[in-house]
Amino acid sequence: MTEEIIIAGFGGQGVLSMGKILAYSGIMQGQEVSWMPSYGPEMRGGTANVAVILSDDRINSPILHEFDTAIILNQQSMDKFESTVKPGGLLLYDPNGIIHPPTRKDINIAIIEGAKEASEMNNRKVFNMIVMGAYLKLHPIVKMENIHKGLEKSLPSRHHSMIPENEEAIQVGMNKVQWQLNLN
Amino acid sequence: MEELKLMKGNEALAEAAIRAGADAYFGYPITPQSEVIEYLMVQRPEKRTGMVVLQAESEVAAINMVYGAAGAGKKVMTSSSSPGISLKLEGISYIAGAELPCLIVNVMRGGPGLGTIQPSQADYFQAVKGGGHGDYRLIVLAPSTVQEMADFVDRGFELAFKYRTPVMILADGAIGQMMEKVYLPDPKPRLTDEEVIEKHGSWATTGRSGRKQNIITSLNLKSEVQEHHNQDLQAKYKEIEAHETDHEEIQCEDAEYLMVAFGTSARICQKVIQLGREKGLKLGLIRPITLWPYPTKAIEKYAGKVKGFMSVEMNAGQMVEDVRLAVNGKSPVVHFGRMGGMIATPGEVLNAVENHLKTL
Amino acid sequence: MIADVITPEEIIKTGTIVFKKTENINEGALSYCPGCGHGVVHRLIMEVVEEMGITADTIGVAPVGCSVLAYEFMNVDMQQAAHGRAPAVATGIKRVFPNKFVFTYQGDGDLAAIGTAETIHACNRGENIVIIFINNGIYGMTGGQMAPTTLEGMKSSTSPYGRDVHNAGYPLKITEMVAMLPGVCYATRQAVHKPTLVNKTKRAIQKAFENQRDNKGTSIVEVLSNCNSGWKMTPEQSNIWLEENMMVYFPLGDIKK
Repeated sequence: MTEEIIIAGFGGQGVLSMGKILAYSGIMQGQEVSWMPSYGPEMRGGTANVAVILSDDRINSPILHEFDTAIILNQQSMDKFESTVKPGGLLLYDPNGIIHPPTRKDINIAIIEGAKEASEMNNRKVFNMIVMGAYLKLHPIVKMENIHKGLEKSLPSRHHSMIPENEEAIQVGMNKVQWQLNLN
Repeated sequence: MEELKLMKGNEALAEAAIRAGADAYFGYPITPQSEVIEYLMVQRPEKRTGMVVLQAESEVAAINMVYGAAGAGKKVMTSSSSPGISLKLEGISYIAGAELPCLIVNVMRGGPGLGTIQPSQADYFQAVKGGGHGDYRLIVLAPSTVQEMADFVDRGFELAFKYRTPVMILADGAIGQMMEKVYLPDPKPRLTDEEVIEKHGSWATTGRSGRKQNIITSLNLKSEVQEHHNQDLQAKYKEIEAHETDHEEIQCEDAEYLMVAFGTSARICQKVIQLGREKGLKLGLIRPITLWPYPTKAIEKYAGKVKGFMSVEMNAGQMVEDVRLAVNGKSPVVHFGRMGGMIATPGEVLNAVENHLKTL
Repeated sequence: MIADVITPEEIIKTGTIVFKKTENINEGALSYCPGCGHGVVHRLIMEVVEEMGITADTIGVAPVGCSVLAYEFMNVDMQQAAHGRAPAVATGIKRVFPNKFVFTYQGDGDLAAIGTAETIHACNRGENIVIIFINNGIYGMTGGQMAPTTLEGMKSSTSPYGRDVHNAGYPLKITEMVAMLPGVCYATRQAVHKPTLVNKTKRAIQKAFENQRDNKGTSIVEVLSNCNSGWKMTPEQSNIWLEENMMVYFPLGDIKK
């Protein structure tokens, strides 16, 4: 199994940390992982993205031109990455702020209203975990017990008290994710 | 026990430095490698091992602090990125001339000038062909994984002390910034002052006690003496070439076409092999691990036996010159690269390979 | 009257030693011009090091300039630094060997022009080192070019009509500048063209090394020297010129103690 994922959105949405938690969870499951971020000043309020690969085999290139999954959290990222999803692959997005929804017919498209759910939970910080939960519902590549270990590893121990609310958010994402209705 | 972690290349390198028993790190922040000094400062290595970490006023000062500490026989390093390495070159030349052991890390970004902060391999010439003034060489190690970022620290120090010569780890922004699984090496204790004096007191400025004065210098006012020194350096470099050249061959056995690439480019080429082979193209990769000394013989072995070579680099074509020297006209050699911080995707490289193959 | 004078033969015969070269100065002639202050300052440093009993623990850093070969004359472990970088080199040594005594020996071009950043920042960190700064107002080794400390109107090969401050700026009082830094515990300016001044300079150097022993921070000892070759004067003329000009702009004495 190899899963190549691009996660893209605004800086501050937790894009990089979502990738890190996925990567750490993969390690806990005994997988090879890589986490390749865009870096630099563009991260401050601009776009941020990270390519995460989880694989049972040695990972060759951390830099990719096509992905099994794209998790898209803003319009700029939609414009940039919709075309990079492999045919038959998954595009998961939060419609909040999306003016031009994806139109490809050869991929599976799913929606998670992460921003809305987070504000309903009164906890905007768990936005990225809601989105990650939605993703894991559709592609259960890592077991929940390993996600738990991944959270423990990626969060500094002073933040471990926040693990339950993160796991709750993952559950919300799993429950709320929907396939995009065919617009035709 | 080795410890498994998910770390950025820059962090893995910094942690490996503490574990290698380094005595000091002198540096100046510059993107994309500032995590090295940031990580070290957070770790309080002065408490963990007694290692000194100092943010210097400039790259120039940092490399000269390295000169001083290395001249005193201590295990010392610095790191920077391309523009900062340019500033350090004066010091690097002096260090090579004075035959001091040390580790210099360049996490390359695009240039020339201030360039970009994105990954690049455009300092290949600077690293392997000199950079600073005078006839000198650096041993240049090219990591292509986060694991190698960690492993090459101790390896670099060992080489530096074995030959009393500066060693460079030539990485790029992608390897510095990406996270991968890394098995951290077991910590080695730092040498005590007494051990340093015992091991290196024959040449280092550890204090004139019970012996003649030791002098660290790169100056010889008499040309005859300087030429003799140059001859000694060249003899040392020959020795290094004979014993320390290293490379990796990936799926070369049945390959009909070979790519040559180091660092991040070598990672991309491994994906290209996979994609190419899915299409029936028998591709292989020679990955130089030491950029100097260069694995010329490894490439020579395939010259005339494969349809062609492509040097894949994040620059305008630098290492390709060394590939051509090795192939020596026996097979066609081309370069493919992106510049200015752009990274070629596996798809782009495969496309270039296919286009080259069509002409052969 | 004549009977009061002791001949060298009598000194040797009676064993009355009135002066002895420290063993910390190597055999062989110094490469400095006759009348130059470098040799005197070399001797003073090495005497202090010997008298303090720290020869085995002293590491010197030589600059680029006339004293580039200082390591051939001073018989302690020494490193030769790139031009201007001696305070950084000394920082490197001192940080990994905090119990050693580390000093730099620098000229005005090295310390106050190309190495200004290294000088100021080593002082600002309060590096526990001794900086010996020889100020002769000119670039001696390269043939008498203008230095940062060349006086206004003073002729050099790159200020052939005298230093024009509107073009070249003003002579730099770097010791006064670094004296204001909290990391500097001792800043003084001395001279060595007269025996009484030589003795004062030696006491200043000794105080600087004692400061290092007591972990007090950076000590800088500036020593005014003539450069009779560069100034195109006889040694005697140059000493008079030094008193009448250099010592007016660069007054002797402790700036910070």
